[in-house]
Amino acid sequence: MLKFLFNGLLRDKSRSLLPVIIVTVGVMITVFLHAYLTGVLTDSIEVSAKLTTGHVKVTTYGYEQNSSQQPNEFAMDDVEQLVEELNRDYPDIEWAERILFGGLLDAPDSTGATRAQGNVSGAGVRLIGSDAEIERMDLQTKLFSGRFPEQPGEILMSNDLFVRMKLAPGDVVTLISSSMYGDMAMYNFTVCGTLHFGVAALDKGMIIADIADIRRALYMEGAAGEVLGFFPEYYDDELGLQLQTEFNSARLDKEDAYSLVLTPMSKAEGIDFLISYSNYAGLVVILIFVFAMSIVLWNAGLLGGLRRYGEFGLRLAIGETKHEAYASLVGEAVLIGLIGSVIGTAFGLLLSYLMQHYGLDASSMIKDSTLMMPTVFRARITPETYFIGFIPGVLSTVIGAMLAGIGIYKRQTAHLFKELEA
Amino acid sequence: MQSIVEVQQLTKKFPVGTGFFTALKEIDLSFTRGEFAGLVGPSGSGKTTLLNIIGSLDIPSSGEVVVMGNSVSRLTARQAALLRKQQLGFIFQNYNLLPVYTVYENVEFPLLLLNLSASERKSRVLETLEWVGLTDKINSRPAELSGGECQRVAIARAMVKRPVLVLADEPTANLDSVNSHNILKTMLRLNEELKTSFIFATHDEKVIAYLRRIIRLEDGRVVADEQVTPTNT
Ligand SMILES: Nc1ncnc2c1ncn2[C@@H]1O[C@H](COP(=O)(O)OP(=O)(O)OP(=O)(O)O)[C@@H](O)[C@H]1O
Ligand SMILES: [Mg+2]
Repeated sequence: MLKFLFNGLLRDKSRSLLPVIIVTVGVMITVFLHAYLTGVLTDSIEVSAKLTTGHVKVTTYGYEQNSSQQPNEFAMDDVEQLVEELNRDYPDIEWAERILFGGLLDAPDSTGATRAQGNVSGAGVRLIGSDAEIERMDLQTKLFSGRFPEQPGEILMSNDLFVRMKLAPGDVVTLISSSMYGDMAMYNFTVCGTLHFGVAALDKGMIIADIADIRRALYMEGAAGEVLGFFPEYYDDELGLQLQTEFNSARLDKEDAYSLVLTPMSKAEGIDFLISYSNYAGLVVILIFVFAMSIVLWNAGLLGGLRRYGEFGLRLAIGETKHEAYASLVGEAVLIGLIGSVIGTAFGLLLSYLMQHYGLDASSMIKDSTLMMPTVFRARITPETYFIGFIPGVLSTVIGAMLAGIGIYKRQTAHLFKELEA
Repeated sequence: MQSIVEVQQLTKKFPVGTGFFTALKEIDLSFTRGEFAGLVGPSGSGKTTLLNIIGSLDIPSSGEVVVMGNSVSRLTARQAALLRKQQLGFIFQNYNLLPVYTVYENVEFPLLLLNLSASERKSRVLETLEWVGLTDKINSRPAELSGGECQRVAIARAMVKRPVLVLADEPTANLDSVNSHNILKTMLRLNEELKTSFIFATHDEKVIAYLRRIIRLEDGRVVADEQVTPTNT
């Protein structure tokens, strides 16, 4: 009997080939879209992690509570010791100290009077002696002119601000900010290079200097506002949350603003939405395609619609029950769904692989965005990519067949014959 | 004679708009084994409706129809399917062969539902195709056959499970005179050799000439029921 039905399916191209093609195309697009969305969202998350949040971030509790104000009065002392401990406890994670601060940048003329001024937000990261942070923050591609700091006292600034302040390479600028203790702090830097991020917020007024210089400038010897932790690969929220529980139960004391707290990036302000998006992206794609493909398959009448009432009338006359006829219709649909899903997934994976390998350089398209986005769009194949297409593939054919097959139930048996005789 | 179909006070009403249309009115009939009978009457007189109810494809509105001991109105869907599967054969005006299957497969299909072994199926299909004279067309598709050949495949499909009763609704309506006579002769022979009962619904004079019992329907009533000597044997 199965062989009989299978033969019928194979020979009737409109029942097999066409639906399989539709399912294949739908599944292929689903798989590709899923890999693409996962890729772009993952990269966006990674860009944010590398520039601002880390995969996890260790700060004092007081700093974390007021993090938007970069409250360096709550900075951590004796960071060297802390990083040593972190390296010992979590050897798989790379730790990087950073200091964020705000201030005023002043360009004096030859007499020492102010020639130009600009508000800046700054970051002290390790630039001299190690390239790790330069690579992590992808500063190489952001370097617009000049070079990276090579000796103490050199600074990078965003090119827009550089132009606005009418500076020239090698000019001396004065950073006016507040020290860790709340006093005014002033420090002279030499501009050695400029950066262009393509993100309005950063290009408006950003300076980056070696963390040792910033410590000197802000009287923060041995201190840092934050220590960022980076996982070996992509962000993994399960791990992040686990570290949070582990670390905080050992270190955090909410009565003590100077006790340490670890924040995974999914709990960081402004990033949480990205991470939930990436969790739901797959679901949304699947729902859309289940819906769209079911409608197409049903309306195309390809899964035992009107065209086959005659056949079903006959089968009922020969002695099948409606249940059996309906079940075989759905069984056919499952088979078609599976075949289409296998082929579609294969093609989808191929496309995703190409997109993962080569990427799509969108830097010319996103000149000035407000979001920190990756400039090369890449797909990302995850274990999910392999099976995600089967959900819309099989569901849509089954739903399509069930909708089409309702006619068998709705019509009285004798009516099926009316159609059969027409 | 053993009775295979008992129809008592059968009335069939169809809902039409807000009311009902009565297609069959208080019909009393009885068929015995081995009959070659026909329901004859003008279009709309209720022939197909009666045939469908006897075939347990439809149910009476009132009255009783008992087919081989089963009351049609009391059968579950499963029981009705079982009755059709084991005891009844259907032949239609437009053959209703499955286009994607070969002659052999079309005839084999009812046996698949009966779960017969492959060798049993094969010998039965070949034997049946021999009865209807189609052994040379075993691997043809319906589209490659003439109308008469198609109807012979349909007869083979109805006969292959050796049903007690074959219901044939206008089996010759799409056939020319030569083919009609061939078909009827084939069925008559099967009736005589295998004692299979045939009930036709028809208004074709060629069919009527073969019948041994003519039941005349008019407006859903039986107006005559007579045993006749076939004029065409
Ligand atoms: N499902 C239905 N709903 C409403 N009316 C119906 C239905 N089926 C049949 N009828 C009506 O019942 C009457 C008898 O129909 P039936 O098909 O039995 O006639 P028939 O004798 O087979 O005619 P024909 O020779 O044209 O095939 C007709 O008037 C038909 O319109
Ligand atoms: Mg009729």
